[in-house]
Amino acid sequence: MNKLKSILLLFIIACIASAAPTQADALSIKKETMPNGLIVLYVERHELPIVMTTLLVKASQLDEEPAKAGAANLTAKMLTEGTATRTSNDISSSIEFIGGSLQAATNTDYTGVSLSILKKDIDKGFDLFSDVVIHPSFPADEFARKKELVKGSLKQKEEEPSFVAGREFIRDVFRSHPYGRLAEGSIGSIDGIERADIVRFHNEFYRPENSILAVVGDLSPDELKKLLDRYFSSWKSSGAKAPSVLLPAPPVQTQAVVDIIDRNVTQANINFGGIGIARDNHDYYAVSVMNYILGGGGFASRLMKVVRDEMGLTYSIGSFFAAGKYPGRFEIDVQTKNESAGRVIDEILRQIKIMKSEPISDAELRDAKDYLVGSFPRRLETSRKIADFIVATQYYNLGDDYIDRYRDYIENVTKDDVFRVAKKYLDDRNYILVIVGDKKKLKL
Amino acid sequence: MKSPAVLVILLIAIIVCICPLAASAAVEEFKLDNGLKILFIEDHKIPLVTFQIWYRVGSIDEPAGKSGMSHFLEHLMFKGTPRYGTKVFSNLVQRKGGMDNAFTTRDYTMYYQTLPSDSIPLSIDLEADRMKNLLLDPKELESERSVVMEERRMRYEDDPQNLLDEAVVATSLEVQAYRKPVIGWMSEILAIKRGDLADYYATYYSPDNAFIIISGDASPSKLMPLIKEKFGRIAPAGDRIKRVKTVEPAQQGEKIVYVEKESAELPSIVMAYHVPSFPDKDSAALDVLSSVLSGGKSSRLYRSLVYEKRIALDASADYSGLHRDPFLFELSATAAPGKDVREIRKALLSEVERLAKDPPSDDEVQKAKNQVEAAFIFARDSSYSEALYTGMFEVIGDWRLRDRYIGEINAVTPEAVREVAARYLTEKNRTTGYLIPVKPGGASE
Repeated sequence: MNKLKSILLLFIIACIASAAPTQADALSIKKETMPNGLIVLYVERHELPIVMTTLLVKASQLDEEPAKAGAANLTAKMLTEGTATRTSNDISSSIEFIGGSLQAATNTDYTGVSLSILKKDIDKGFDLFSDVVIHPSFPADEFARKKELVKGSLKQKEEEPSFVAGREFIRDVFRSHPYGRLAEGSIGSIDGIERADIVRFHNEFYRPENSILAVVGDLSPDELKKLLDRYFSSWKSSGAKAPSVLLPAPPVQTQAVVDIIDRNVTQANINFGGIGIARDNHDYYAVSVMNYILGGGGFASRLMKVVRDEMGLTYSIGSFFAAGKYPGRFEIDVQTKNESAGRVIDEILRQIKIMKSEPISDAELRDAKDYLVGSFPRRLETSRKIADFIVATQYYNLGDDYIDRYRDYIENVTKDDVFRVAKKYLDDRNYILVIVGDKKKLKL
Repeated sequence: MKSPAVLVILLIAIIVCICPLAASAAVEEFKLDNGLKILFIEDHKIPLVTFQIWYRVGSIDEPAGKSGMSHFLEHLMFKGTPRYGTKVFSNLVQRKGGMDNAFTTRDYTMYYQTLPSDSIPLSIDLEADRMKNLLLDPKELESERSVVMEERRMRYEDDPQNLLDEAVVATSLEVQAYRKPVIGWMSEILAIKRGDLADYYATYYSPDNAFIIISGDASPSKLMPLIKEKFGRIAPAGDRIKRVKTVEPAQQGEKIVYVEKESAELPSIVMAYHVPSFPDKDSAALDVLSSVLSGGKSSRLYRSLVYEKRIALDASADYSGLHRDPFLFELSATAAPGKDVREIRKALLSEVERLAKDPPSDDEVQKAKNQVEAAFIFARDSSYSEALYTGMFEVIGDWRLRDRYIGEINAVTPEAVREVAARYLTEKNRTTGYLIPVKPGGASE
């Protein structure tokens, strides 16, 4: 009887396995470059009456003068605050009335403007979307308001220990390199930004040949063509192109830095790490596997297993490599009660030493690869995720066949690769350690 | 004879009927003999499946002195069974490329995995196993207790905004079970015993107190045999003592609570009002009311407090009718630097009074309806959110309420919004909480 059941079970599993479709692997991305230089990526998906778009503009803190830190972010946030023909209220009323969303955000490398809209409202959506990108008017009163709001929110975030730790950490790691600053800048630098600065920033960087547009969803090629003709073909660059800002080289860490910020809190918020790698580094995939095993793999990672599951010292510990256009940071984040901060830091150092001195096991390698490969379709589950993903792959020049090749990139990583990159990119001597906690209670 | 008026009514009726169909997906329901309900939402656009198992138990069900037990047990559900041992649950899921997690609310506890579709038998196997065979190993339990305490420190002790909200809820509700924080009070987290958890597990973790939602690239004909095999052999827990539904007595005057924190940077305010939950007849109008007040930058609170008066950094209204018992309608705002929180209170109240007097415009109400419909359609793009939306209605009685909810939202009139504002957002019914930043040593700023 039991045997019969298990045969039946095997049969069921086999049926399910063979029936599994493979659309995700076959995601068809069409790419074209418009005469004005705008690269358009397009994925047709008709299952739901929705359309998601993302416009990536190559404009970020990398392009600011240090004294005007926050200009890229302010420019992005001002896009929806008025255009040549619409007031701030016109824009928010129109998009909100139809249940859509239109927003802009800046990360370390680029700005993304995204539209989420029902198919039936697509024309109105594209009208607003193109208008805020091409014709923002940066009204002076709105600009003053926005500066106050961004500064106010920076002040409020001071009450979040993780925010304070993160801000200190990037400054200690990158010093004068732009990655050492928040996208928002600081209260002081925001004060120094004039309306003319962001008007100029917009002219210099918001240009079709400096942007990538992804459109994903319920649109036929014909419908897309009409929308692009109508709303994006008139987008032309004017004035001088952006001068490239000369970036300082990423600093080289020659000693350990321990930076303690005293706050009246019950937990120590700890950031540990240093400079990591750029996205175009050949070691990127080996580093992905290595980091999964160390601290990127959630409950499957060594840090979580030891510091949370065995020691019970934290709710969450994790590590990541922020691989950007330039070498970004390697960071471990953890919170623990003030009294156990020292024990957690010792354990982090111990785990890094193990990673650098002993090869990982075959099982760990297999598990990490299975996760990274197997989880890939989840990264492309929704139209919103697809749009954001494909503009980034284009920006980082990962190749038009990136989605097809990802499996091989991961599968080709060997145990030796992982060992080599652990030794190369993890540092248990010249590290940055930031602790936001209660100095009297910290036991280090 | 067909008059134009009749035609219009007919059109409206069609629109009302069609919208729910467009917004929500088809659900197929199954039930095992032991009471376990299984809901399938088939969608084969990509080879992924979300498996969710919902237990009808949350902090509302906890006995006195044991707050946090539902959440603590949720943590321990990842700590193994005799068959799989401790600390492997997530590893098994991640090896398949999947992700898993769980969360506890006042009303329910939900566990989920999202996996490539061919791996979904793993979910069925693991969830059936831990529904019945949890180890509750004493050593793991103590270690996890420390983890939960760290979680409480992170989310509450060191987060002034959450601390304020916790205080407002506990002040507003004096007797009703929702007054307890889901994570529990620190002293009670410390006091929970293994025996308490074992009893709680035996009582509430059973097929007759749970339901499963499988959403995405999966079909009942393929999976039901396995579900029957794995879950079908688990006996129902039988008679649970029926929860006493403590009713909060009508509030007889405004209550005020202050939270003074050294780590807070800016003052903020929360105002909470007792309100009914769905499917109460007023619930849909309360939902639209919250949207009129804070459905984006074009809504009233943002326009008035943030944009025009420039006294607040943010201002919002928060209401969800998806609760098993009546809960709260909240207004909240954070003062802009240098602004007085009393001025914010005045501005919030003046918006409330305005709405209690004059109905909102047709456009404002239509906007709220459009936002609800669009949110439902957008959510369908993810197997997880599709299942979540469905489960939240099943928890309060029946997943079919989902379509009724969209229908009721579509039927709300401006006058109905005014009526609920006048009925519920009153002084007597209000609890106000202030977060006050203090300087080291305790003096207010």
